Amino acid sequence: MRDVTETTGTTAPGDGGDVRLSGISRTYGDFTAVHPLDLTVPEGSFFALLGASGCGKTTTLRMIAGLEEPSSGSVHLGRQDVTRLPPYKRPVNTVFQSYALFPHLDVFENVAFGLRRRGVRSVRKQVRDMLDLVQLGEHAHRKPHQLSGGQQQRVAVARALINHPKVLLLDEPLGALDLKLRRRMQLELKRIQTEVGITFIHVTHDQEEAMTMADTVAVMNAGRVEQLGAPADLYENPATTFVANFLGTSNLIEAEVASTAGGEILVRAGGGGLGVPAGRCSAPAGTGARLLVGVRPEKAALTLADEAGRIPDGRNRVTGVITEASFLGVSTQYLVDSPAGKGLAVYAQNVDRDPRLAPGAQVVLHWDRAHTFALDAAQDIEAGVERVEPATAARTEEAPGTAGNPARAGSTGGTGGGVKEAAG
Amino acid sequence: MSSTALTGPPPPAPAAAAEEAAPARRRGRLTPYLLLLPGLLWLLVFFVLPVVYQASTSVQTGSLEAGYEVTWRFATYTEALAEYWPQFLRSVLYAGTATALCLLLGYPLAYLIAFRAGRWRNLIMILVIAPFFTSFLVRTLAWKTILADGGAVVDALNTLHVLDVTAGLGLTDGERVLATPLAVVCGLTYNFLPFMVLPLYTSLERIDPRLHEAAADLYARPATVFRKVTLPLSMPGVTAGTLLTFIPAGGDYVNADLLGSTDTRMIGNVVQTQFLRVLDYPTAAALSFILMAVILVAVSVHIRRSGTEDLV
Repeated sequence: MRDVTETTGTTAPGDGGDVRLSGISRTYGDFTAVHPLDLTVPEGSFFALLGASGCGKTTTLRMIAGLEEPSSGSVHLGRQDVTRLPPYKRPVNTVFQSYALFPHLDVFENVAFGLRRRGVRSVRKQVRDMLDLVQLGEHAHRKPHQLSGGQQQRVAVARALINHPKVLLLDEPLGALDLKLRRRMQLELKRIQTEVGITFIHVTHDQEEAMTMADTVAVMNAGRVEQLGAPADLYENPATTFVANFLGTSNLIEAEVASTAGGEILVRAGGGGLGVPAGRCSAPAGTGARLLVGVRPEKAALTLADEAGRIPDGRNRVTGVITEASFLGVSTQYLVDSPAGKGLAVYAQNVDRDPRLAPGAQVVLHWDRAHTFALDAAQDIEAGVERVEPATAARTEEAPGTAGNPARAGSTGGTGGGVKEAAG
Repeated sequence: MSSTALTGPPPPAPAAAAEEAAPARRRGRLTPYLLLLPGLLWLLVFFVLPVVYQASTSVQTGSLEAGYEVTWRFATYTEALAEYWPQFLRSVLYAGTATALCLLLGYPLAYLIAFRAGRWRNLIMILVIAPFFTSFLVRTLAWKTILADGGAVVDALNTLHVLDVTAGLGLTDGERVLATPLAVVCGLTYNFLPFMVLPLYTSLERIDPRLHEAAADLYARPATVFRKVTLPLSMPGVTAGTLLTFIPAGGDYVNADLLGSTDTRMIGNVVQTQFLRVLDYPTAAALSFILMAVILVAVSVHIRRSGTEDLV
């Protein structure tokens, strides 16, 4: 207990509470879960580590918590090097995946656990206040198994927050909740973060969740950070195909640079020409270079080929045939096959629905040139495309129980984690 | 049972369908009872009937030659208790010591298997169960050799002056270990250790390792994690293990018979002698019931104290 006050006391006021990861990596035998990684999380920000199963995001989080030792590199909290500190000496608390509430203690004692360990005498008022903050005041004397999933989640948040950590780590905190509740808890967590002003580092595989809650998102793939930035910036200017496909949906078209003029790159794709603002091209664009030209589906529009004359000049155009039209209420989602690419998606708001836009119709897909981005063609065009996988696979990935086991650490099937979950 | 199936008003369904469904439903409701039947019959024949028979024996008087008769003589109980209370006391003492030793040896072992053994887990489990591959008697006889006078173990203990200490405590006798209380307690501890380890392992293994991480994350040092999380969550295993060790150890007579002397006789030995040598059936039966009562009281106190009422 003495050590905790010591460690939290060593950081002088005013030196900032940024979390700094310098070259940290984690390997299990031959498998590299996290490649050397540099990352700075500014104090007071809501930071999301976003990635698919097994991308190393949970391992990164666990290294910050001290539950996993980095193979190389260091972790700093403010000016303090905590790389070699055991978890119980770090001013950091975690909201665990599936919560890990103590089943033998009631809600009150679960929340009071950290305070008692640090030798705080009168915990009553603090615990009461914290339970009120997460709206669980009247459940103080229930056992965790008597609570609903959403309530358990809030106990886990309260149990961590009551210690006023420098950083709160959240490991897929909403993964076990149903969609509606997850939406509500996203806003709730955001509210709490704004209220307490503590740095939140949030690990998730759900891009929507990351974009809703975080100020800054780091997209991770195969043990590396692919891109880091504000959600809108990542969405509008993806730097890699993985980010383009993992964050929302992108139409990527293979193209070749024809000429560069006046801040605009002209490319040839599928027999037609397209324009890309030079500022939105993240790859070298000399004449003849291969690029992947992209546009988000909500920025594209469809016009029947017969009426192509009505399309204003200066827009990028691709002709094709509608193969699929799905009515989604607020919008309709079309898939268009064209010489430039197959399965190009268009989301059209259902303001004035044109019934002639049906599968088989000849159409022109067009969009504002300014909305075009271009990526290096030397990467997998399919990277980050979400495949349909069982919902449990994402939740059991990198379960702490299996993380120490080299054989299982890389698997995303989560058989080991699944067993543990069933046991708990 | 069948009446409950018939009391519910049948749903207004077509006659043919109802006729078909009703017997199937009745069979469905009977299934649990049918499954219970073999076990219940077994218990009735091999537990309830013997207990009733022994209860009636304990209040009979007479002799082997003249035959016994139920006379409701409860004085047999008080006489038996008055004469054999030292053996009762000794049984509780030996069984209690053996249980405590089993817990001390078994908890670290179970902890190791559950959390640290990794790929050795199954091998260690097999080693724990391995003694069951030979008979109880053979294993106990082996201890006779291990603890034999002038044997390696006794020599080593002697050289280390351990025997001086144990002799001072009255646990051993001079340079002998065999035929002393220590030998009997060792035998009991050895023979019942698996009964302690297995329930402990089961309850420890069920603890989510994330709870350890959560406790460490909330400022608990390793020792505190054990005290505040692991130990409380393993209490069902501790209770089950101590019961499974204490109950059979309290009634055991083989260890005291093979490894002990006349000074280490436990109540099991007395019951055995009364039944098989003295042929005083009422006293033997009364002693058995007193033993059952002692154990029941001890067990219920233990369960009440460890706060795991839901175990039984």
